[in-house]
Amino acid sequence: MTRDQDFYAALTHLSKTAYVPGENKRLYDKDISPLKNRMARENKIVESLEKAVELSGLRNGMTISFHHHFRDGDHIVNMVMDTLARMGFRDLRLAPSSLSDVHAPLIQHIKNGVISHIETSGCRGALAKAVSQGLMDEPMVFRSHGGRAAAIEEDEIHIDVAFLGASSCDPFGNANGYSREGEEKSMCGSLGYARVDAQYADNVIVLTDNIVGYPNVPFGISQRLVDYIVCVDDVGDASKIMTGATRFSTNPHDLMIAETTSNVIVHSGYFYDGFSLQTGSGGASLAVTRFLREAMLEKNIHASFALGGITGAMVKLLEEGLVRRLLDVQSFDLDAAQSLKNNRFHQQIDANYYANPYRRGAAVNQLDVVVLSALEVDTSFNVNVLTGSDGVIRGAVGGHPDTAAGAALSVVVCPLMRGRMPSVRERVNTIVTPGDTVDVLVTDQGIAVNPKRPEVKERLEKAHLKVTSIEELAYRAERITGKPDLLPFGDKIVGVCTYRDGSVLDLIRNIT
Amino acid sequence: MKVTTPASAGTMESGDILIEIESIDQRAVEVVLKSSVANEFGKQIIATIRSAVEEFGLEYAVINAVDKGALDCTIRARVAAACQRATGTDGFDWGKRA
Repeated sequence: MTRDQDFYAALTHLSKTAYVPGENKRLYDKDISPLKNRMARENKIVESLEKAVELSGLRNGMTISFHHHFRDGDHIVNMVMDTLARMGFRDLRLAPSSLSDVHAPLIQHIKNGVISHIETSGCRGALAKAVSQGLMDEPMVFRSHGGRAAAIEEDEIHIDVAFLGASSCDPFGNANGYSREGEEKSMCGSLGYARVDAQYADNVIVLTDNIVGYPNVPFGISQRLVDYIVCVDDVGDASKIMTGATRFSTNPHDLMIAETTSNVIVHSGYFYDGFSLQTGSGGASLAVTRFLREAMLEKNIHASFALGGITGAMVKLLEEGLVRRLLDVQSFDLDAAQSLKNNRFHQQIDANYYANPYRRGAAVNQLDVVVLSALEVDTSFNVNVLTGSDGVIRGAVGGHPDTAAGAALSVVVCPLMRGRMPSVRERVNTIVTPGDTVDVLVTDQGIAVNPKRPEVKERLEKAHLKVTSIEELAYRAERITGKPDLLPFGDKIVGVCTYRDGSVLDLIRNIT
Repeated sequence: MKVTTPASAGTMESGDILIEIESIDQRAVEVVLKSSVANEFGKQIIATIRSAVEEFGLEYAVINAVDKGALDCTIRARVAAACQRATGTDGFDWGKRA
């Protein structure tokens, strides 16, 4: 069609405007330089972290986020916070997916007013202890992985700037938790939690120690979501990010619990060809995988998928064809990370896909069985994985409440006592997973089934498994350990433990 | 009974307790406890140690205990062993019930 008077008259009628070359400044100019030149010239790499922070428009009082895929080897959080403190920022609100021992230097930034609020899945070490003693004016808010993803999606947590460490990134922002070229300096596997931040944060800064050629695909984080890239000396300490393979426990208690748990699963009514499962990384729950493997081989049963934090043990089942697919939000060891990189049936998923409580299709809702560890379980089946028996914060909510609520059968495993501490007791210090979502408790001294699941109890008894009441387990523990005195809690609220929808499950008070 | 030589029993392993016994001039038993479960079980542990010492018949002693979450049966056994070593007695009535 020619651009005559009729053309313009028609456009006016349609309320449309005509294309004029160069008129819309939002469009990129055509660039005729070859890709190799563009990679060097037009890319998202900025010369320093300070510059990237400046470009992001970060201001006092804003919310920044991090991921915890580098675990205790993470250098990103401390590096960024030191830089922001030097740049004079104050009252920042931190929303990392989790924190660990290595983040003790945050204590100083809290004291100096650089950080005013923290939302996280967990907290450990010196920082956790200081928070428990009342370090912060505002209580720390704890969310599950699914709860955090939902809070970000619903804008309850609005991330202004996300600082995301990556093991490799190309000049345009395709980032991964592993590297397909160059030296493998650090590797964390899945970037599942970081992907949510990348998607919803106003500004995304990727920090990497390994710039690779374009395109770095398959990618964990898409170039569409990344604003700036900063090259740093190292994103983390590789030896603390990953162990070769999570080792099987040789602790006889753990093995005994694991074997019983495997028997519970086999006879629960949820062990059939095509079932789905998730196991945690704790000693006993990890060993369950090994016992379950034997049962699967013996009965010729295959799992359709395994979910969650993926370990080398699960990878082995995938490679043997006993598990058909892996859905990986977080790779727990090097074997898992390698498999994510090399096996196309080992799929990287984000925290929304994993455990969002609202969105239909969160993978936790397709789980038959989940095996979860616990610090404490009470006689109402409530589980604590966040505060120690001494009342001090020392753990993480993680996906515990998400998977317990999503799975058809949730099995919690723990020894009846740890040293003199009864794990099964009248009341847990902090409720992290509500008892109405917990179905079976397996200890070294017996199995208890939630009275809400009489049919499961019946099946286990029919298989001659030793089922008793949870009150009986608590009584047995207390008879041996004695009744613990009340902890010296103060009046100050130092932590708020929320459920998946943001409602409050429990409060954590300061310990004096 | 009095302490003839300083003595100890037990280890610093998790689930165990280290008991060290020294002599003291006045007729008293002093217990100094460090415990990983002090808030929850400190009073009960001290009471258990005192009762085990009393049962043995020791009347002049300072007891330093470093506890890593030991159960009462362990505490009693460690105290009895340390008392024997400290007093130079070697007879233990294996048939007696605690």
